[in-house]
Amino acid sequence: MTTLTYALGDSATMLRRNLKRAVRYPALTVLVAGMPVVFLLLFVFVFGGTLGAGLGGATAGRAEYVNFVTPGILLIGVASAAQGTAIAVAMDMNEGIIARFRTMSIARGSVLTGHVLSSLIQTMLGLAIILGVALLVGFRPTATAAEWISVVGVLAMATFALVWLSVAMGLAAKTVESASNMPMLLVLLPFFGSGFVPTDSMPAGLRAFAEYQPFTPVMDTLRGLLLGGPIGTSAVLAVAWCAGISAVGWIWARRRYERRPARQP
Amino acid sequence: MPDSAAVRITGLRKSFGELTVLDGIDLSVDEGTVFALLGPNGAGKTTMVDILCTLSRADAGTVLVGGHDVVRDPEAVRAAIAVTGQFSAVDNLLTGAENLRLMADLRHLGRHEAHRRIADLLDRFDLGEAADKPVATYSGGMRRKLDLAMGLVSRPRIVFLDEPTTGLDPRSRRTMWEIVRGLVADGATIFLTTQYLEEADELADRIGVLDGGRLVAEGTSEELKRLVPGATLRLTFRDRAELESAAGLLPDATSLPETLTLAVRGDGSLRSIRSVLRTLDEAAIDAEHLVVDTPDLDDVFLALTGRPTDVTVEIS
Repeated sequence: MTTLTYALGDSATMLRRNLKRAVRYPALTVLVAGMPVVFLLLFVFVFGGTLGAGLGGATAGRAEYVNFVTPGILLIGVASAAQGTAIAVAMDMNEGIIARFRTMSIARGSVLTGHVLSSLIQTMLGLAIILGVALLVGFRPTATAAEWISVVGVLAMATFALVWLSVAMGLAAKTVESASNMPMLLVLLPFFGSGFVPTDSMPAGLRAFAEYQPFTPVMDTLRGLLLGGPIGTSAVLAVAWCAGISAVGWIWARRRYERRPARQP
Repeated sequence: MPDSAAVRITGLRKSFGELTVLDGIDLSVDEGTVFALLGPNGAGKTTMVDILCTLSRADAGTVLVGGHDVVRDPEAVRAAIAVTGQFSAVDNLLTGAENLRLMADLRHLGRHEAHRRIADLLDRFDLGEAADKPVATYSGGMRRKLDLAMGLVSRPRIVFLDEPTTGLDPRSRRTMWEIVRGLVADGATIFLTTQYLEEADELADRIGVLDGGRLVAEGTSEELKRLVPGATLRLTFRDRAELESAAGLLPDATSLPETLTLAVRGDGSLRSIRSVLRTLDEAAIDAEHLVVDTPDLDDVFLALTGRPTDVTVEIS
C-alpha cells in the first residue's frame, strides 16, 4: 500500500473510533445540538413577535422573523458544535491512548483528521435536526434543489473551518474546562452580526464590526440561498473567510499536536 | 549497519530546563533478553522509556532500538516496538475487543489475521468474557492486561513496560509476570522499569540501577548482590533495655527499636558471628532469636543509591 492509502485508512480508523465514542457518550452531542434548538424556540416564540415587527415590510411579524433568524441559528449550531469538538479533543488528549498512538507507526495527522471528520458528520446531522425544528415552527424557505445543495455546501464549509479551529483550541487548552471556554466567543459571534437583527439597526461602531466579521457573509449567503434575495459579494467573502480560518486552524492544530508533550507532568 | 542489540544507548542526556534527568547513560540490551531498569521515583526511568519509544527527544547521545535510530528513523522504531505505560493507554468508551480491533486496524492487519490475533490475545489474557464490555467497567488488573494485549497485536520484537505492576494486587502481579515470561519464550526482548526489587529479581536477565540520572550499576542479579559482600546478623531481644545495652556494645550495629532487633553487618564468616556472640555473652546479654541474612537486592539498592537506610554498609 502507498503512503496515501495508509493515511486514508488510518484516518478512516480514527473516524470510526470517534463516531463510536460519540454514540457511547451522547451527552456532549445532545448538549451541542440542543442549545441551538432552545435558542431557536426562544427567539421565535419569546422575542419573535416584537423583533419581527421591527424588521419592517408588509407582513412583518413572527412568521417573518422565523425566516430571518434561521440562518443565524444554523450558525449558532455550527459554533456550538465547534465547542463540542474542542471539549472532545481536550478530553481525548488527556487519555493515555493518545500517547500510545504516538508510539505507533500510523499516518501523521490521522488522529486530528478523525476528529474533524467525525465532528463534521455529527454537526451536519445536528444542523438537519435544527432545520427540521425550524420548519415545524414556521420556517418557509423558497430554495430550489440547486440552492439547497449550495446551502449544504456553505454549512459544511463553515463547519469544516470552525472545527479545525476548535481542534486547535482543544489541543491548546490545558484542561477540559478551558477547552469549553475558548470557543465560547464563536457561539456569541452570530449575535454581533447579521444573525438576529439587521446590522443597520446597530450603533455605528458595533455595526462596522458586525458587517466585517466572518459570520455575517456566511449568514447572508445562507439567507440569500434559502429565502431568495441578493447575495452579492457575501458568497465570495464567505468562501474566503472559511478558507482562511480552515488554514489557520489546520496549521495551528498540527503544530500543537506535534509539540504537545507526551504526558502532562 | 545492522546491530545485534535490541537496544543500544550511548551518551544519552536529557534535561528539563535546569533539571538534569539523564546524565550520560550507556547501555545495551541483547535481543531476546529481559532488562530491568530499577530506580526510585524520579530517577528518570519514565523519561528514558519515553525517549526509547520516540515519545520524547534526547538532548544528546544516540539511541538505537531494533537497530534503528530513534531520531532519524522513528517510524521504523515504532513499527518494531510496543509500549505499555504506567498510565493505562486504553480507550475507556470502547469495549476490550474494540480496543484490540482498533490496534489491528492501525497496524494494517488483514481481516482474517486480525480476527485470529484478537481471539488469541483475548484467550491468552483471560479477557474473553469481558471482551464485549466497555473498558470503563474493567478492574485495574484487567485494564493493565488489555493495555499489554493491545501492544502485542502487532507481534512486536521489543516490548517496553513502564512499571507494569505498579498498583496491582499480588495475584494480578503474578499473572503479569507469567505473561512477560511467555513473551520472552516467544523471542521478544523486554525492557521494563520497576521500583520493585523482587520484580527485577524474578524477571530480569540483567538489571540496571538508575539513580540521579546515572546508571550506578549494571549486571545480573547475582553480580549486583556480590557488590554488597557479607551478611547481616539480625538479633532479636526480649526488651528495650537489653536491645540498648547490646547496641552500646556493638557500635557499628543498627538498632530497630520497634521490632527489638539489632542488625549487625559483617563479612558472613563464622569467626565474625562468633565474635559478636562472644561480646554479648561476656556482658551476659541473651538474644531471643538470631537470623543470618545474605544480601538481597534491597541491600544492593540501598547501598548503591545511598538512600537513608537502616543497614550500615561496611565492606570488609
